[in-house]
Amino acid sequence: MTHNLHLPIDEFTARSLRVGNVISVSGTVFTARDVAHRRLLEAHAEGRRLPFDPAGLALYHCGPVARPVDGGWSILSAGPTTSARMEPLEPRFLAAFHPRLVIGKGGMGDGTQAALAQGGAAYAHFPGGAGAIAARHVARVRAVHGLEEWGMTEAIWILDVDRFGPLLITMDSAGGNLYRDRRADVARNLAALRKRIR
Amino acid sequence: MTRQSIEAALANALRQAVTRLPTDVLSALERARAEETSPLAVGQLDILLENVDIARRAGVPLCQDTGLLLFYVDAGARSPWLGALRSCIESAVAQATTDVPLRPNTVDPLTGVSAVDNLGRGMPWIRWNLVDGDDVVVSILPKGGGSDAASRLVMLPCDTGPVEIVRAVIDHVAACEGKACPPMVIGLGIGGPAEGALFLATRALLRGLGSRHADPDVAELEDEILDLANRTGVGPAGLGGATTCLDVHAEVACRHPACFPLGIVISCWAERRAKVVVHADGSAEVVAP
Repeated sequence: MTHNLHLPIDEFTARSLRVGNVISVSGTVFTARDVAHRRLLEAHAEGRRLPFDPAGLALYHCGPVARPVDGGWSILSAGPTTSARMEPLEPRFLAAFHPRLVIGKGGMGDGTQAALAQGGAAYAHFPGGAGAIAARHVARVRAVHGLEEWGMTEAIWILDVDRFGPLLITMDSAGGNLYRDRRADVARNLAALRKRIR
Repeated sequence: MTRQSIEAALANALRQAVTRLPTDVLSALERARAEETSPLAVGQLDILLENVDIARRAGVPLCQDTGLLLFYVDAGARSPWLGALRSCIESAVAQATTDVPLRPNTVDPLTGVSAVDNLGRGMPWIRWNLVDGDDVVVSILPKGGGSDAASRLVMLPCDTGPVEIVRAVIDHVAACEGKACPPMVIGLGIGGPAEGALFLATRALLRGLGSRHADPDVAELEDEILDLANRTGVGPAGLGGATTCLDVHAEVACRHPACFPLGIVISCWAERRAKVVVHADGSAEVVAP
């Protein structure tokens, strides 16, 4: 049974999430990849207001396939992209904008882990490539920012989602990190395997 | 009007490629699902299989990354369509980008601008192989970016052989963790010039899961790497398990005495492929990849 969280969520709720929890989310999710991270941080540094308020929302590392319909948009496929690319900017991004959940795939680095602890947020995994399932949970596109300039992939899509999941918490605000545990196992296996190759 | 039938077949193949996983890949995922014992791994594979099913039924891209579109053409030297084929492919790409739709995925590396029709400079990527006959076979590989970012050109020590090849690949598989969307398919290009190693490795991905190299020594190497990759424990999505790799395909070419390139090209679990045959009379059909 998965627990459904209604976004936006507060710091207390985000801090209660632990590695191994399986959740789904309803409410507002915004996508941001490489370009959006850089541009939103530039706007923040210059004191410009964002066109939306990211606080408490879920930041989704995703560049969807979208089709224009009746003056709006339909999302056809919307799985996660590789989160590690956003690592250089993510700690500053979390500190500046306070999303309470980061959704992606593959996990992130030490900088983000520290930022999750400091600001109070968690990282959730959704399976890479599962774009068709993810799109089914998008109830509607509230807005899209930067589409003309950055293109469909890098634009910021503000999405209303309905029970988007299952999301597996893989990094939490208490220092829990499923990837770190897995990395230790793999390193041990690899050392044994290397001896067998001859 | 036969040019239109070629374009239509190519556009249709692009749609199939991104909405329907080839049966060999689907079977490999189902086998992996049956063999996994870790609940986390089983759960991940269940989601992937459900996703493939939903995408096929709804006719939508199974992954939002519809890839950089790579075309490998076995061009019959007596085909009358060789001169027209590039523009047919370009038209089909533009059409599929609007109709399927495909995600605009061609970003100019200098300006950062993404072409809306997937026809940014140098794209679509077409590799020609001249063969005898009058048929043209176009193999399409929509190459996902997350897994291609995990591809590598390794320069091995020259005074070495299969042992160092296996070690290099296994080390790399472990280092990729969950970033390249495992369970992955590994293409290897062993030897050749640097350019050739990556070319052979990418082209090897077209061979289809379960196929083995005709040279028994190379086939044995493929089996060994597959077995070892699946013992690393990376697992589906990098969350642990017995399925890190669905298959390994290696191609070999001679190298220079002073240079030992090893091309490692990774495909995510969604190894999407399609194939079109263009006949001399201009009729064209989508065939099993």
